[in-house]
Amino acid sequence: MKSHVPLQAGTLLLIMSGLMAGCSGLEPWVKPYERDRLADPIMSFDRNPISESYIDHVHEAREGARGATGSAGGGCGCN
Amino acid sequence: MRKTLPKLMGSLVVAAALLAVPVIAADTTGPAAEFSLQSRAGEAVSLSSLKGQVVLINFWATWCGPCRKEMPLLEQIQKKYAPLGFTMLGVNVEEDTRLMDTFLKDVPVTFPILLDPANGVSKLYNVSAMPSTVIVDRKGTVRFIHQGYMPGDESKYQDLIRQLIREKA
Amino acid sequence: MAPRAVLVAGAGVTEMKALLLLLALVSPAVFAEVLPEERADSLYHYYDGGGIEISGPSLLVRKSVGEKVSVSASYYVDTISSASIDVITTGASPDGYSEERTQWGLGVDYLHGDTSMYMGISTSEENDYKADTLNFSISQEVFGGLTTITLGYGSGSDVVGKIKTDFSEDVKRHAYRLGVTQVMTRNLIMGLSYEAIADEGYLNNPYRQVRYVDPADSTHWLTQAEVYPETRASNAAAIRGKYYLPYRAAVSGEYRFYTDDWGIDASTLEVGYIQPFRSKWLFDFKYRYYTQNAADFYSDLYPYANAQNFLARDKELSAYHSQGPHVGVTYTFLDRQGDRPMKSTVNVFFDYYQFNYADFRDLTSDADAGTEPLYSFDAKVLQVFLSLWF
Repeated sequence: MKSHVPLQAGTLLLIMSGLMAGCSGLEPWVKPYERDRLADPIMSFDRNPISESYIDHVHEAREGARGATGSAGGGCGCN
Repeated sequence: MRKTLPKLMGSLVVAAALLAVPVIAADTTGPAAEFSLQSRAGEAVSLSSLKGQVVLINFWATWCGPCRKEMPLLEQIQKKYAPLGFTMLGVNVEEDTRLMDTFLKDVPVTFPILLDPANGVSKLYNVSAMPSTVIVDRKGTVRFIHQGYMPGDESKYQDLIRQLIREKA
Repeated sequence: MAPRAVLVAGAGVTEMKALLLLLALVSPAVFAEVLPEERADSLYHYYDGGGIEISGPSLLVRKSVGEKVSVSASYYVDTISSASIDVITTGASPDGYSEERTQWGLGVDYLHGDTSMYMGISTSEENDYKADTLNFSISQEVFGGLTTITLGYGSGSDVVGKIKTDFSEDVKRHAYRLGVTQVMTRNLIMGLSYEAIADEGYLNNPYRQVRYVDPADSTHWLTQAEVYPETRASNAAAIRGKYYLPYRAAVSGEYRFYTDDWGIDASTLEVGYIQPFRSKWLFDFKYRYYTQNAADFYSDLYPYANAQNFLARDKELSAYHSQGPHVGVTYTFLDRQGDRPMKSTVNVFFDYYQFNYADFRDLTSDADAGTEPLYSFDAKVLQVFLSLWF
């Protein structure tokens, strides 16, 4: 299957820049004083970075897929 | 085509960036909007009852890092200027008051903490960042609005408070 | 194939530069980014599955220096005993082996208004593999702090060795990452991430063999070394979300799609639920399902020697699925503001995985070549860690 990295990355970029340009007339719909629930540690995607990066490593060492996990990633020769 | 496509994307992105207009809350100067809120101590506090004093209204919450950092510094300001006709009002915007109680046990303050769980006063003052600081003079006019907290902001507040204290009511 | 991989890398850089320019032009919003929390974590990890046991410590410390800079340092060790099934049964190490891998990392975060920049290096070393990685990322809060855009770039340089030989080959890796998190409502936050990775060099395992039908006896098989392409280009995109439930709990979901030019397509789906209990306890549950198809050049058993240009019998490149639950318990035994240390938790996490292979056979069986049962195994993963916020 051919890789279309330049086309896919470019399309994503265009969508995002369109969103950002279009947002100029919009007011933020969640006020800063309404961010309490989102600030709760249970709502964090990354509550325990040491554990999340370990589990990402457990997956990456045994699976064909890699990337888009939120972790920066590092290498290893895991067999 | 492979090489021109990324370049085209790049110029489109730059064009879109130039069109993006920042969203910043409008300044509100003029007379400070009147409000009345329950304090932690249980009594009703209204802004109009403080006319004649210089008032600093600080909107805060325990989940906001800069707010927690600012609190002890606000207490220092309160202690220093309260005898000169100044009062601080800490408006807490949280639904759950238990978090606030736990925080204030470790970081006690002597100025009134007002409860705004329904966010009515926050909306009235167009609070667009946490924390937000509004300084009102002895006549009840808004003289200063500041969003967020960065170390060093407390000296800006003190400079203005000293100046406003010298003004007549 | 090398020129195409280079073009992929070059095109990615152009787009990333353009997006960096876009981020610089978007004016700062009224919501400031904050430095990551200061904390120290010490973790013990243990993995037991498919005849392999891996355990060791992991340490992570993060400290702010002034108001704009945060530094982090990490130390991680894998002590491995036994070996995976394909290494044992293809003669490379019939009794298994014992090995140790050590990884060090160092990172710096720099905050400038609403922009946060990160740079980190990491080096991993074991007796037959050395990996060095450099990572950069830049993150910007926009739109009243409701949206955060992150761009990242990673560069890896590995040296592949083979014990008791002079064998040495290189691998170079480039990764491009794009992420957006968006506050949707007071209760819902979502994230999108995209990552493109391009590898170049010696991408296979120097010990691993493929098998082919013995021309003299079709019930037996013979082995030869695996042969991989010298490049690999992949794309992965993920969407995730977390929703706050009114009684203070949260549900989460994540879906990731992966595809690469070796022919592998993979999907990952994970759902989660986190439930606080009283003021000190936190329970979290997840269920993860992973499925992938095989690489174009993969085969469990080739009909004869040198059947293709590329040969692979790595079960990680075969068609399979894995699934299993996660359970985690967290107890907060210190929780205060203003004083230091501020918060401390002890955590026990357990994950279980069931792997089922569709086209990888269990060669510990005596059956005729190609009729052995399909391989499957389960894995248990334990993490015990202590976290301290200061």
